[in-house]
Amino acid sequence: MIKKCLLSVSFFSLIVLSGCNLVVLNPTGDVAAQQGDLIIYATVLMLIVIIPVLTLTVFFALKYRAANEARYEPDWDHSVSLEIVIWAVPLAIIICLAGLTWVATHRLDPYADLTRISETKPVDPNVTPLQVQVVAMDWKWLFIYPEYDIATVNEMATIVDRPVEFKLTSTTVMNAFYVPDMVGMIYAMAGMETELNGVLNEPGTFEGFASHYSGDGFSQMRFDVHALDQRGFDAWVAQARGTPQMLDRETFVELDAPTKGHPVTFYSAVEEDMWERILNMCVGEDDLCMHDMMMVDAMGGGGLEGLYNRELYRGLCTADDPAALFAILRPDLSNRMSEIEAAIALLPPQHDALSSATSQVRGN
Amino acid sequence: MSTPAHPTIPENGFDFYDVSAAHVDHAEHDHETGTMLGFWIYLMSDCLIFGILFAIHAVLGQSYAAGPAPIDLFEIDKILLATAFLLLSSITYGFAVINMQQKNASAMMIWLVVTGLFGMGFLVMEVLEFEHLWHLGAGPGASAFLSSFWVLVGTHGLHVTSGVIWLVVLLVQIQKHGLTPANQRRVLCLSLFWHFLDLIWIGVFSFVYLTGVLL
Amino acid sequence: MATFTETAAGHSSDASATVHWFWGKLGWDIFPFYDPLIFGTFIMTMILAVSVAGLVLYKGWLPYLWREWLTSVDHKKIGIMYMILAVVMLVRGFADAVIMRVHQALASAGILELLPSYHYDQLFTVHGVIMIFFVAMPFITGFMNYIMPLQIGARDVAFPFLNNFSFWLTMSGAVLIMISLFVGEFAATGWLAFPPLSGLEFSPGVGMDYYLWSLNIAGIGTTLSGINLIVTIVKMRAPGMTWMRLPIFTWSSLVTNILIVASFPVLTATLALLTADRYLGTHFFTNEMGGNPMMYINLIWIWGHPEVYILIMPIFGIFSEIVPTFARKRLFGYASMVYALCVIMILSYLVWLHHFFTMGAGADVNSFFGITTMIISIPTGAKLFNWLFTMYKGRIEFELPMMWTLAFMVTFTIGGMTGVLLAVPPADYVLHNSLFLVAHFHNVIIGGVVFGVFAGITYWWPKAFGFHMDKFWGKVSLFGWVVGFYLAFMPLYILGLMGVTRRLSQFEDTFYAGYFFAAALGVGLIGLGVIAFIIQIAVSIKNRDKLACGGDPWNGRTLEWSTSSPPPYYNFAFSPRVYALDAWHHMKEHGATAPKDGFVPIHMPKNTASGIVISSFMTVMGFALIWHVWWLAALGFAASLAWGIGHTFNYNRDYYVPANQVAEIERANISPAE
Repeated sequence: MIKKCLLSVSFFSLIVLSGCNLVVLNPTGDVAAQQGDLIIYATVLMLIVIIPVLTLTVFFALKYRAANEARYEPDWDHSVSLEIVIWAVPLAIIICLAGLTWVATHRLDPYADLTRISETKPVDPNVTPLQVQVVAMDWKWLFIYPEYDIATVNEMATIVDRPVEFKLTSTTVMNAFYVPDMVGMIYAMAGMETELNGVLNEPGTFEGFASHYSGDGFSQMRFDVHALDQRGFDAWVAQARGTPQMLDRETFVELDAPTKGHPVTFYSAVEEDMWERILNMCVGEDDLCMHDMMMVDAMGGGGLEGLYNRELYRGLCTADDPAALFAILRPDLSNRMSEIEAAIALLPPQHDALSSATSQVRGN
Repeated sequence: MSTPAHPTIPENGFDFYDVSAAHVDHAEHDHETGTMLGFWIYLMSDCLIFGILFAIHAVLGQSYAAGPAPIDLFEIDKILLATAFLLLSSITYGFAVINMQQKNASAMMIWLVVTGLFGMGFLVMEVLEFEHLWHLGAGPGASAFLSSFWVLVGTHGLHVTSGVIWLVVLLVQIQKHGLTPANQRRVLCLSLFWHFLDLIWIGVFSFVYLTGVLL
Repeated sequence: MATFTETAAGHSSDASATVHWFWGKLGWDIFPFYDPLIFGTFIMTMILAVSVAGLVLYKGWLPYLWREWLTSVDHKKIGIMYMILAVVMLVRGFADAVIMRVHQALASAGILELLPSYHYDQLFTVHGVIMIFFVAMPFITGFMNYIMPLQIGARDVAFPFLNNFSFWLTMSGAVLIMISLFVGEFAATGWLAFPPLSGLEFSPGVGMDYYLWSLNIAGIGTTLSGINLIVTIVKMRAPGMTWMRLPIFTWSSLVTNILIVASFPVLTATLALLTADRYLGTHFFTNEMGGNPMMYINLIWIWGHPEVYILIMPIFGIFSEIVPTFARKRLFGYASMVYALCVIMILSYLVWLHHFFTMGAGADVNSFFGITTMIISIPTGAKLFNWLFTMYKGRIEFELPMMWTLAFMVTFTIGGMTGVLLAVPPADYVLHNSLFLVAHFHNVIIGGVVFGVFAGITYWWPKAFGFHMDKFWGKVSLFGWVVGFYLAFMPLYILGLMGVTRRLSQFEDTFYAGYFFAAALGVGLIGLGVIAFIIQIAVSIKNRDKLACGGDPWNGRTLEWSTSSPPPYYNFAFSPRVYALDAWHHMKEHGATAPKDGFVPIHMPKNTASGIVISSFMTVMGFALIWHVWWLAALGFAASLAWGIGHTFNYNRDYYVPANQVAEIERANISPAE
């Protein structure tokens, strides 16, 4: 039985090391490739301890079996030098692994701009990343291309060797966006914006899907990612622009209803501020935008009036001088205006992923 | 008895079995201190629940959802009165315990009754406050801030309610059986519970009400 | 189920029906007539339940069961009841696993979709919930209950009634989950029920409510049991048993129970808040009105990660008892084992974020939590080395417990390695939520907890019942579990590296089918292991006279082996005095003999029905709350409160076993060493 275990182990390690057929270890995109390599480096580092442990387990079990009558010392239970070794060797390996982790986590931070296109290609400072806004819906993916003013459902395209900067949110439950050939996954959450940077280095069609269970239609939340050259991409954009329908707020609300296995759909144009509205959960006519709500809250709340008439505060966030507008809306707070302004000044100016739990959306 | 004493090795070898009846009685004694220890650990776990609720209030306390903030809702003078009730009840409970230690059962029971009345006074104030908020439309579903407020203050209120019920039950039991060791232990446990709730309330008062209104 | 896709909310089959004042949400449609698979199971289970109940009544066993078991406050009987609960729920959870594996194999090959996705989603949810809360937890609580008081030379736990009550609360949660199979539905949210998916908006059905009330009730039981066992270890050790003479399993129990008391309240609070969201309309974890679902995910993992160690630490303790016993040698590095346990206990609170590296926290935060996670592998590795060097220069006897231990040491090491791999954030970005992750945690939970449980059962079974377990069927079970595990989960590792996500019920292409078929075959082998285990129990009971043994069949080292097998209900006629680590081994070395006379009366707690009665009322309350039958919920709550208060009016809770009765029992089974 022990032999069988060992066989499986070596079989498994073989597969890990050879990396054939395994997209996670052998992806096309440079970021995913670095992430895959990291798996192999970490595994090799750990095998320094794992292999001796497995070998010793089998060796001791065989050598000191009762029938073998090897040396027997029933009271031997302590050895300072041995204990130092068994704590220090793993410690040393973990220190190496920790260093590797620190460096790799910072280098492969999904929020950070790419530092290279591939091993051989540096980033061209004249090429801006392709912006793609991703919306996880029940149960399909919406992609908005702000540069091209088009949107698609369940299909996306990129340009080979051009970095892609995803901004992600959700209109519904939490989800995760994953294109194994391009870059590792990141969550998409309603009322929040996450970010992901990646690149595809070879032309082709790759798989993308939801990798966080999101309910009934989750299994069908899949889409194709086309990595195209510039001409192919332009043709793809033209194809989208050629479709009759555009993504306005009404269409979006319809699209937002749960569907399973939604067909690939193109939208020739996208209504202005669509992304801001999706992100702030106010595409529907009656909703108070999240950032307006946050601004009201930052200024001391909407008062009892706000319980019944939240719409009063619509557009506060995008006003030229929110504080002045707020003073008009809530005259009862005028004596505290200086405090409120001081409080606003303390708010973080930007999205801050670290304190995402409290300030992610408020930062808007 | 927190750490058992090391038995000394007798001259004629190890004495492996405790053949005296002594250990039996020790077990009895252990049970007394064990209950207090167990109750302490329970309070710590309860404290953790409140810790979570406070942490959540720290996160959600300013998420008014464009609705009312503390300054629009809280009537701090009434809250002060409720706080006074609860703090006084802790003092009167202290008097009860002093009387218990002096074996003065009737005085102890009077102080316990006073404690219970203060506790009920606190609860009445709390119910009135909740009713006030409810009528304003500021129920627990009105905003994340109000959710966290209702649940934090409500959980404390439920604890005080169970404390009062326990107190009433205990009064009946003392009336029936007198100040037996078991009852004394219960009085001490409830005392821990009661002071613990006071401590939590001080946190609620300063963290939820005062900072809510002043900041 | 055809109607389901048409409902607007889409996430659940329950289109919020109107709530009747008397029946709540209950109606004829709650029974799963629509699904032949579930309805068939329902009928079978009902037949089984009725015939078992009929047999018990017909044979007149009920009074015996009630008197000696259900109302018992004896820690040993409660421990055994925990184990029985765990085995029964293991069969249920395993059946779910078989269906899932078969479904995935067939679906991935494009042959057949056995279940609609909505049922599949319930299956993986209930499988996770049952396996963690109602299999692994009762197993370890059962071990701690049975063994720990014996190891410290105590006569019972500190609060015997509370112990009984904790058990019945756990049972209450298990009962609610079992009811959900046939009455209504279970949650389809994944075992940790992340909001907003688990919120009212996206899961309006009763499934989530089953989840919440079942875990709320069982969780309180677990917390109470944790408090009880801590006090027992702190206050009730035999004279002379200093901290550094504590048997290592008791140490692991202490550390585990501290973790329980310091983490289960977090679970209780978090689930209570989600319950408030669903019942009171609060906005803790909703998308709207300022709610924050990420907070739930943080909180649930602040409980969830220590929970992982709650499961594995007692198992470490079990192995630390087994290895020295069968290597016939002192445990290597006792002190460092203790320190390792304490270090793991503290570190387990500093790693929760590694469960969601992909949420978008910054690189500093992610690497901090990645590194703290890796650090845990150091004390864990030290423990493995300590077992290894306990074997070194020993005389290893390959009894069943030792075989399980070796299987564990190999398997767990591999699982630990993949765990550290997942702790590297950029590696986790590509492996998170994949089948690699699924393979990893099954690798540590099956390879760690399950193997440990079987090692523990075969090790202490002779103590609990006075006869050995059948070795042949034990080996078959071991073979099934070990080979089955590798066959079932190595393909999942590979599938994870192919980028296959967990929780998929439908597949676009048939590329992965081979791996899923291998996995299904593996589960079949594990099934052989499960069946062989049940046969093993049956065969052992049948041959109990042939397999009979004395109090110390393994030549054990700790105090539980100094009693007869099974131990008398008061455990020790005379409290043992402890002079060294491995107290019983030390006693044997110095020729200790139990006194044959001079017995004194023993102070013992009386049995009580309060635990089972109050828990039954609470089960009714939970069921009524799930179905919005408010009057019944109020009634159930009032009844449990009233019975609880009534219980405190009973001062007559203990008695003395007369000295002559002790003498009689002791003379019947004196000299357990023989």
